[in-house]
Amino acid sequence: MTEMQAQESVYLDHAATTPLRPQALEAMLPYLKEHYGNPSAVYALGRTVRAQLDACRDRMAAILRCQPGELYFTSGGTEAINLALHGYARAHRDQGRHLLVSAIEHHAVLHAAKALADEGFEVEEIPVDRYGRVHVDEVAGRLRKDTLLVAVMHANNEIGTIQPIAELGKLCQDHRVALHVDAVQTAGHLSLMDLDHAAFISISAHKFGGPKGVGALVARRGRRLLPILYGGGQERELRAGTENVPCIVGMTVALESAHAELAGEESRLRRLAQDLRNRLSRIPGTVFNSRPELCLPHIVNVCFEEISGESLLYLLDRAGIAAASGSACSAGSTLVSHVLLAMGLPRTLAAGALRLSLGYSSTEEDIARLMPVLQACVERLRR
Amino acid sequence: MTGRRVLVAMSGGVDSSVTAALLQEQGYEVIGATMQLWSDCLPHSEAESGCCSISAVEDARRVATRLGIPYYVFNMADAFTTAVVDRFADAYLNGLTPNPCLLCNRDLKFGLFLDKARELDCDFIATGHYARVWFDDARKRYCLGKGKDTGKDQSYALYMLTQEQLAHTLLPLGDLNKQDTRRIAARYGLQVAQKKESQEICFVPNNNYREFMEQYRPGSAKPGPIVNLEGDVLGTHTGLANYTIGQRKGLGIGGGKPHFVVRLEVDRNAVVVGAAADVYQTSCRAEDVNWIAVPDLDAPLQVDAKIRYRVEPAQAVINLEADGRVVTRFLRPQRAVTPGQAVVWYQDDVVIGGGIITR
Repeated sequence: MTEMQAQESVYLDHAATTPLRPQALEAMLPYLKEHYGNPSAVYALGRTVRAQLDACRDRMAAILRCQPGELYFTSGGTEAINLALHGYARAHRDQGRHLLVSAIEHHAVLHAAKALADEGFEVEEIPVDRYGRVHVDEVAGRLRKDTLLVAVMHANNEIGTIQPIAELGKLCQDHRVALHVDAVQTAGHLSLMDLDHAAFISISAHKFGGPKGVGALVARRGRRLLPILYGGGQERELRAGTENVPCIVGMTVALESAHAELAGEESRLRRLAQDLRNRLSRIPGTVFNSRPELCLPHIVNVCFEEISGESLLYLLDRAGIAAASGSACSAGSTLVSHVLLAMGLPRTLAAGALRLSLGYSSTEEDIARLMPVLQACVERLRR
Repeated sequence: MTGRRVLVAMSGGVDSSVTAALLQEQGYEVIGATMQLWSDCLPHSEAESGCCSISAVEDARRVATRLGIPYYVFNMADAFTTAVVDRFADAYLNGLTPNPCLLCNRDLKFGLFLDKARELDCDFIATGHYARVWFDDARKRYCLGKGKDTGKDQSYALYMLTQEQLAHTLLPLGDLNKQDTRRIAARYGLQVAQKKESQEICFVPNNNYREFMEQYRPGSAKPGPIVNLEGDVLGTHTGLANYTIGQRKGLGIGGGKPHFVVRLEVDRNAVVVGAAADVYQTSCRAEDVNWIAVPDLDAPLQVDAKIRYRVEPAQAVINLEADGRVVTRFLRPQRAVTPGQAVVWYQDDVVIGGGIITR
């Protein structure tokens, strides 16, 4: 059997990336073909594209509950996060040096913060409870006069736990501290109403059916940033480089579609996920790593006692099922999840983590096809 | 189960790439995998020679794609640190000159990697070592022999394989020489065909042991006396880990006839030096012994004994001691028999067994 052989696959890794929504692809095509003008150009070909770019900014701002002038297009979630953290810290280095970062942030935040620590900023970790929740008083107790920024994600990408962002937003506003919210896993999946007090919001298109290589940062007016890329002055001199118009168009359409379906999809995915949890709980030695009522509708994270998540993933892959463990490293191997470790899971149990994440393309059929295979794999690895 | 599924340990280099290609040609269902052995806390080498560097994973993945086989990366950084790097550092601090590739073969490649293969329902693992494995009907044992290309032979590094491990190991390069391998790589259009050989220890940047030990075990280097065989103090050494048997350069003691390191004494933290002739030994003892071609040693046996990876085997007789160690008596004295290295015993091209030299 070779890799090329076609096999019916089951895709259960929507938290890693999602298939492109057909309507997003349709909307992108003209901007990959006839509307190729540079939006900064003065002639008609450029102006048409510029008009579309402006329209996309307006449409996205409406959903993200910000002013169009507060929205900056980036190459993705990672760049948005780096721009917010580095751009803000460097612009305010004379006003403070203390940053508070939750222990379960995505590596984009953790590593961006580490780079700031290497530059002389002081980065302090905010602990989480056993369900991966940040408690507001844990943040309040750590705020200092020289605290510049607090970074807490809207919901975690591995376990799906939703954070008390509305309360954190108020706390930070009261203390005049900037709150960065990584909303990469929630934009298009949850209402963003709780994020109204956040100074910065980072999102990524490919997590809600948009194309890869595009994202956005919401930076509230008055929150001065220094750019991290220098060049032609695009995005109001904050993000140089010719705008990725086709992908921005695709992201806008995808976000609108996701947002329009949000209420219906949320309850549909919750039902599917609950069905999945019920079936998983029949496999002996299954430990659930989040509580459904605290969690995103589409992420289920479990550990199976006595087995390696790495081997489980590979066996599932051999059977045509795409799933994830904690977080994949760039080399393609799996790392023991820093999220599960921060929640206090023993290392041996955390190494057996499996993340199943549903999306707009998921069906009951997917779960029905997963379960017998998964059960057999777990039994195989325990033999 | 088909009995024909094999997990190939791929490093991105020419040998393991051709191993995968050959087994596929022979009709095996081949899965490729790379053991990721570095971790952020190790000062791993950025050089492309490192067998498990990030570029190695990239290369191996490309080869797997070219061959159309599934490919996985196993994160074994924790195990590598404890089973290989820590023990490597400890051994140096104990006055030994360890060979980490032997530890890696025993505990990772033919240990954890074989476990992974079983988990993936593979019947065999395969590596790109130049050595041969076969079941010998007369001996009723799995045997290990030198590779056909004796200049490339790597059987020395595999002396510790158990019967169980050998039964599940395929070494298709054993019947080839290096030119064959390069030709096959070129035939498959594998871009690695012209890549240069890797010889360095993958986790020691630029082969600089002293710097590695300073970073990995800061403050572990304890200066002490350099003494001659008569006990006279001739100078000061910078820490036992910085010296190896037979070493002449870098002792910092001048005048008169040249001095060579004869042994390292942990108890009094001393480097003992002597004349050129003092570095020769007529026998050595070995522990952690593994037998391959024979179930055990019940009588003295005439063998060819190889005391280092890059040295010709020397005629010797081996004998079992009461404490379970094996003493090797060389026909002619051998230079720089080094505790921590393996001694491997051969009869013709067949590995009889081997162990770690204690003194």
